[in-house]
Amino acid sequence: MRMINRHPPKGLVLLLALLPFFLVFLTYVTASAIRLADNPADKLLPALSSIADAIDRMAFTVNARTDDILMLVDTLASLERLAISLAISITLAIVAGLAIGLLPYPRALFSTFVDTFSMVPPLAVLPILFITVGLGEAAKITLITIGITPPLIRDVAMRTADIPRQQLVKAQTLGASTWTLTLRVVLPQVLPRLIDSLRLQIGPAWLFLIAAEAIAAEAGLGYRIFLVRRYLAMDVILPYVAWITLLAFMMDFGLRILQRRAFPWFADARASA
Amino acid sequence: MKTGYLRQMLRGPAMAVLMAGLGAAIVLPLSSAAFAAPKKEFKLAWTIYVGWMPWQYAAETGIVKKWADKYGIKIDVVQVNDYVESINQYTAGGFDALTVTNMDALSTPAVGGVDTTALIVGDFSNGNDAVILKNKGKLADIKGQKVNLVEFSVSHYLLARALSSVGMKEKDVKVVNTSDADMAGAWKTKDVTSVVTWNPIVEEVMIDKAARKVFDSSQIPGEIIDLTVANTETLKDNPDFGKALAGIWYETLALVVSQSPEGKAAREAMGKASGTDLAGFEAQLAATKLFDQPAAASAFTKGAEIGATMDKVRRFLFEHKLLGNDAKSVDVVGIELADGKVLGDKKNVKFRFTDTYMSAAAAGKL
Repeated sequence: MRMINRHPPKGLVLLLALLPFFLVFLTYVTASAIRLADNPADKLLPALSSIADAIDRMAFTVNARTDDILMLVDTLASLERLAISLAISITLAIVAGLAIGLLPYPRALFSTFVDTFSMVPPLAVLPILFITVGLGEAAKITLITIGITPPLIRDVAMRTADIPRQQLVKAQTLGASTWTLTLRVVLPQVLPRLIDSLRLQIGPAWLFLIAAEAIAAEAGLGYRIFLVRRYLAMDVILPYVAWITLLAFMMDFGLRILQRRAFPWFADARASA
Repeated sequence: MKTGYLRQMLRGPAMAVLMAGLGAAIVLPLSSAAFAAPKKEFKLAWTIYVGWMPWQYAAETGIVKKWADKYGIKIDVVQVNDYVESINQYTAGGFDALTVTNMDALSTPAVGGVDTTALIVGDFSNGNDAVILKNKGKLADIKGQKVNLVEFSVSHYLLARALSSVGMKEKDVKVVNTSDADMAGAWKTKDVTSVVTWNPIVEEVMIDKAARKVFDSSQIPGEIIDLTVANTETLKDNPDFGKALAGIWYETLALVVSQSPEGKAAREAMGKASGTDLAGFEAQLAATKLFDQPAAASAFTKGAEIGATMDKVRRFLFEHKLLGNDAKSVDVVGIELADGKVLGDKKNVKFRFTDTYMSAAAAGKL
């Protein structure tokens, strides 16, 4: 039988999915044991028990110096920054994307600019960002927004342009104004695709968040990681990385559910496209 | 038939071998420290700082090769762009020697169980690290301000020492962790009113007319020390490595302080390599107490002050939980001074000062 037609049996699917995780885990435990045998105080690959201690200390114990649970404070600070930037980015993407995709004048004006601007690496122009918006929350939110908005706008614009011309003509013959047409014909078709594109931008959004927090901050998941990196506390960094991964995965999962619930027709539309 | 063979292979021992190989390929580089063998090749990591630029100059002009050849070894001098990363890489076993401050040598490699010996005491900061306020001329004005600095670095230590000199505590200010790479840019923003940082960033910040230096490391002389350290075990097995390092160092330093045209050329090259020019580099040198004479370095290392300094440093680290989260007391990691006296746990000595190599250089016995 051809490889392409060979499917693993149901029971095996879950096992296969778990296998790579298990292998990574096994590799870690082995490498950690080898290093710890050589140097019991090794910080690079701490034992699982040290990691558990660190989790207990960071996530379940009130810090004596700050009277807070550090991991909770960090998570809330990071999620707040992420939520605000995502809200701004989504709004900008819908407004600018629809305008560029639908209206000839904005397209002529902005299309090339957005295409060009989206290629600027935001991290390379950080000093300018600091001078304009300062070092506080605004800088972090701006960095994330600058990082993920251009690709979102481009995607919305392209998806808008993908909508069959006949649909727009038909709506116009039925008397729709530009505004009604945008709201009733284009927007509903673009939104589920925006969720697709948003799912792809979750990764970069976290990347920019952590970069922003590494530069100047008092709290945040990225702040903590870069702070404790100063003395190689991998026992704190590794749980934080796992936690970030889980949060990002949950966001991705949530968006997928949202897409299925809010736009149940979209799965069929995508399959037939 | 073809698929049948593939299936066989995927199930059979070939797969097991493949997986084992893959596992080993991942594990082995992470555990290279486990295999000690007689070494001929050594790696030193250095980062850009006025007191460490001689390493780069020595590597470029062949001084490193000359001394390595004399002892029949090879020394690779590697510039690492990020100071913290260089310490972490050394601690993880990626390098045999490192340029580092006395405080960071204790907080990362020593606390991380990597027995480390300071074999060259290069200089101490004598103004290179400073507390700078915007439009305020007195240190006491810092009260209640946000202070931007690299948390847990020598800047943080300098701030703690500065605050205690005017009867304040860290609680009286709010520390904001800020990357050193962005400190100069941060200073130019409105919400940053005070920074603690090191040169060449201090020079950069002081260009601003609003900047007032209210405390600097010359007020705590001899406490922020720039070292060249090596892995104790590697050094014990290969004393020639230490001798070569000392030989390279003092031959290069003679050039750094020389008033001859060669000396000037060397300073100019080091200035350029660290992003400034001859004048800028000489200004930084002026804020550095450089031990260009091995005898002076050796005397400083054997002196009583270094013990008192290390005691202050370890207390600072302990208060900030940097001697380990489960450290019960300041004594958890032992620090051996050049005279053999140990601060802290004698059974867990992980950081050592030795004058052996500096004294040998002073006596001309390299």
